[in-house]
Amino acid sequence: MEIKVCGPGCASCEKTQKAVEAAVAAKGVQATIVKVKDFQEIAQLGVFSTPAVVIDGQVKCVGRVPKQSEIETWIS
Amino acid sequence: MEPLQSSGCSCTKEATVGQAVIEKNVQWGKIILLGLLSFGLWLVIYNNLEPFSSYITYSFFEINRGSQLGGAIQFFLYDTPKVMMLLTLIVFVIGVIRSFFTQERTRQYLAGKRETAGNVMAALLGIVTPFCSCSAVPLFLGFVQAGIPLGVTFSFLIAAPMVNEIALVLLYGLLGWKVAALYLSTGLLIAMIAGWVIGRLKLEPWIEDWVREMRAGEALVLERKLSWSDRIDQGKDAVLDIVGKVWIYMVAGIAVGAFIHGYVPEDFMAQIMGKDAWWSVPAAVVVGIPMYSNAAGIVPVVEALLCKGAALGTVLAFMMSVIALSLPEMIILRKVLKPKLIAVFVLVVGCGIVFTGYLFNAIV
Repeated sequence: MEIKVCGPGCASCEKTQKAVEAAVAAKGVQATIVKVKDFQEIAQLGVFSTPAVVIDGQVKCVGRVPKQSEIETWIS
Repeated sequence: MEPLQSSGCSCTKEATVGQAVIEKNVQWGKIILLGLLSFGLWLVIYNNLEPFSSYITYSFFEINRGSQLGGAIQFFLYDTPKVMMLLTLIVFVIGVIRSFFTQERTRQYLAGKRETAGNVMAALLGIVTPFCSCSAVPLFLGFVQAGIPLGVTFSFLIAAPMVNEIALVLLYGLLGWKVAALYLSTGLLIAMIAGWVIGRLKLEPWIEDWVREMRAGEALVLERKLSWSDRIDQGKDAVLDIVGKVWIYMVAGIAVGAFIHGYVPEDFMAQIMGKDAWWSVPAAVVVGIPMYSNAAGIVPVVEALLCKGAALGTVLAFMMSVIALSLPEMIILRKVLKPKLIAVFVLVVGCGIVFTGYLFNAIV
């Protein structure tokens, strides 16, 4: 599984990153977590507000920090 | 997601539905009751802050009434809890309101609008749409992608930081509703007019080339169904997040304000920031532009300056330029805008703020 966390690296993006890492650890799934910081690349994913989480090419949430429990339902 | 129900007896089904309705009503009742109770408590405490701070300063610590130290300490003891309480309330309310708006939805609203009406709407949406300066670039790309005119986009980008709920609350709490209303209305007007002017200037060629040639993915809209308790949770999250982040600046700001309050002579500011010094408005704006502070820190200082004879227009102009135009935002916008366009943006907004400053100095 490939999880992309989109965002330029502000406080909310860092929170999202941590929540994703925690969810992956809690569920014990095999996943590579990639930070996407380039705006052009983010736009190509169809994401226009950050932070955003994209799992295997599917955009799961945009413009907010998702809760860990929410992320767990996406990856299990 | 609803669990699949086996086709059981219809009466039990009705009973469970009825029970669910009752449970929902009970939950509603609880929310409303709790809301009213906490608001009542809030009011009682809020209204007793002034006598309490006087008591602590003059009776408990036995500092002389009318002394400089007493003035400073009482100001600090009164303003800190007052401002924190106002802030908590407003951030909560705004947090709940913002749960109705997303950047995606705002983009959809603006997509079909023509320029003038678009400028007005963009400025208004700028207040209620959740926005942080680091999402300015993706938002800009999304607006370009949706075919929203450049001027309308700028109206949004100016209003979003300029009309700031924290600043609004503090101005209300410290200076009264008239100043708060003036700040709100002129902030909106500057955003609308500056955006409109930028639109008239036809500056699209000054957007970075890669943005105009960008072939972005289909913009998607993820709608979430939110219940009222979700929205209340969002309000609580906003309080924890924002109040947790800004309280230290606020206390520092009030401490500086308290010092100015107690120790700086009454007319000290009148010479440099008073009405008669015509150059003070542009000077305040020029000094304020590169500065970056959140509203929480700047407003208590503003109040103290005003008490010492600085003119309202000059001080408001300073505050607006500090929070609306900042170096970090310009650096991040540089990724999508050519320097010439950023310069025009700063110039147009700066002129708007200078104009507002003079206007206030003339009428107040």
